Amino acid sequence: MTGRRPVTFVRPTLAVVAACVALLAAGPSMAAGDVEAPKSPGFSFQGPFGTYDRGELQRGFQVYQEVCSACHSLKYFAFRNLRSIGFDEVQAKAIAAQYEVMGGPDEEGEMFERPAVLADFIPAPFANDNAARAANNGALPPDLSLIVKARAGGEDYVYSLLTGYADPPADVELGEGMDYNPYFGGGQIAMPPPLFEDGVEYADGTKASVDQMARDVTTFLTWAAEPDMEARKRMGIKVMVFLVLMTVLLYMVKRKVWSDVH
Amino acid sequence: MSSPGSGNRIVQWIEYRLPIFSWLDHTVGSGYPAPKNLNYLWNMGSLAGVALVIQIVTGIVLAMHYVPHGNMAFDSVEHIMRNVNYGWLIRYIHANGASMFFLVVYIHVFRGLYYGSYKYPRELLWWIGLAIMLLMMATAFMGYVLPWGQMSFWAATVITNLFSAIPLIGEPIVTWLWGGFAVDSPTLQRFYSLHYLLPFVIAGVVIVHIWALHTHGSNNPTGIDVKGPQDTLPFHPYYTVKDLFGLGLFLIIFAYWVFYNPNYLGHPDNYIPANPLQTPPHIVPEWYLLPYYAILRAIPDKLGGIVVMGAAIGVLFLIPWLDTSRVRSATFRPIYKQFYWILVADILILGWVGANPPEGYFILIGQLATAYYFLHFIIVMPFVGWFETPRQLPDSIATSVLDKGGGADTAKEGAP
Repeated sequence: MTGRRPVTFVRPTLAVVAACVALLAAGPSMAAGDVEAPKSPGFSFQGPFGTYDRGELQRGFQVYQEVCSACHSLKYFAFRNLRSIGFDEVQAKAIAAQYEVMGGPDEEGEMFERPAVLADFIPAPFANDNAARAANNGALPPDLSLIVKARAGGEDYVYSLLTGYADPPADVELGEGMDYNPYFGGGQIAMPPPLFEDGVEYADGTKASVDQMARDVTTFLTWAAEPDMEARKRMGIKVMVFLVLMTVLLYMVKRKVWSDVH
Repeated sequence: MSSPGSGNRIVQWIEYRLPIFSWLDHTVGSGYPAPKNLNYLWNMGSLAGVALVIQIVTGIVLAMHYVPHGNMAFDSVEHIMRNVNYGWLIRYIHANGASMFFLVVYIHVFRGLYYGSYKYPRELLWWIGLAIMLLMMATAFMGYVLPWGQMSFWAATVITNLFSAIPLIGEPIVTWLWGGFAVDSPTLQRFYSLHYLLPFVIAGVVIVHIWALHTHGSNNPTGIDVKGPQDTLPFHPYYTVKDLFGLGLFLIIFAYWVFYNPNYLGHPDNYIPANPLQTPPHIVPEWYLLPYYAILRAIPDKLGGIVVMGAAIGVLFLIPWLDTSRVRSATFRPIYKQFYWILVADILILGWVGANPPEGYFILIGQLATAYYFLHFIIVMPFVGWFETPRQLPDSIATSVLDKGGGADTAKEGAP
């Protein structure tokens, strides 16, 4: 057997693989078209050890309550979930009680309005999609429960969109009631700029700049889309440590078992 | 052969009535001698088996919480993610498990292709393996439909519509598949039923696959036949421990996706509930179906595209006869080996084309890559087999191992 020959064939192989990798890497940038790539401001929940900042979550919920919820529903969010973003039971119940939900039927068979409790889901701003369109110039504001997972670019995209409103370039003709946002597909978005300097008054005294509000509400919406992310990453560390140790041990056992063959 | 534990009276009592211990020994023990030179690429078969079991177990748990109905499927998946204890874990394992299953099966297939594992006397083994691959594709596709997001819905629409290209009876067949006049709840419900059934069919065909494998034993990196006991090792403990080490590496990669990047292999649009009135800008399948998708779209005619896509898999059934070389392993085939890697690159390019919209130069690249795919199997394979001069084969597996072992030892001694 000519043991050294195969080496000569490694080179074309590597070249082919390298060419493929280069092509694959070039793919997304070529396919992106005229939509601007989202900014990456950096969030506390990114990375393998990332967690949600409780201050950002609670401020983000406030931004959702006071700004976004005028048009956008958050249908998978129940008031009991407020406990997971750092509110205690009394606070969560008090927040829930600010909302009226439909209860019943009572003993007479009548439906009635009652204050929300922890088990209730946060009420949607519109009764149905048609009502939402009628109130929004024909556009349908999407539910925000999963928005971060439902858009390419995730949290970076949501943050960039919220902070990305700009005057349209000379060659862009905006439609009736549309705004220019280079991060949105097609550049024209029906949602008017939602965030203004000091648009909300934060309970913890944080300065409500557009950037701060965008960051807070993006963190909140990421949590709303992936509420178990912290538990997932915590478990992941344990699983990884266990698997690596087990694999090292298995490798040593393998060496031992095979020692009489080699 | 003395059965394991043959001194034990309980074992003897059972063995006399149900010879399960000698069967086990024959399947994974000293009764199944495996070539001693198998490399880690021979780990993929057992990994695929583990992946199948993981999919079945997580799938059964998901089925306890999932609701197969057009109005409730999407919500029930979010219910699993948010309210079911560790539901997010089970679902992420199942969703990423499909990708991991295809990853090891594709490596398994490419390993067979490189080392000529499809050649005499393993043609049926190869066929049964391809049948498993086809069943996996059908199962994975129907599973992708179940979350009832935008990609689910539109993938179901695109794939079922392919049948409408059949002349005369195409339209009635599509209506029959849908259970109505559009993709809707009845379609989802039958996909769910079949998605639960097919994995057990796969498990059955896997048993036949292993049966066929054990008839002539594993191929090996040299591709030459086992000549005697000096060429083999009992599967247990040698390959059980080697496979377990490989399993550890496999699970580390698996866990990375599940815990740190669970949605990377999916598509963001599938977190948007299915909407029959809004077509997504680009409908793309999961990564493991992209090369076939590229082949389907390379042909500008619908029926033609389907026929060619079918032929792309059909041609794999013919390669035991299209490969005319008397040497199995590409290790000893200097010309064919290079064409092999060109084919691998060609399939990667097809996957890349499949991921991109069919416009501009993607169309031309997709058509060229599709043409080359068939050229490889229909022209290159037989002709290279005829004209190539293979390198000198080793006398036996044992001598090839001794050569290599000697080399490795020298290298080790050379190191400080």
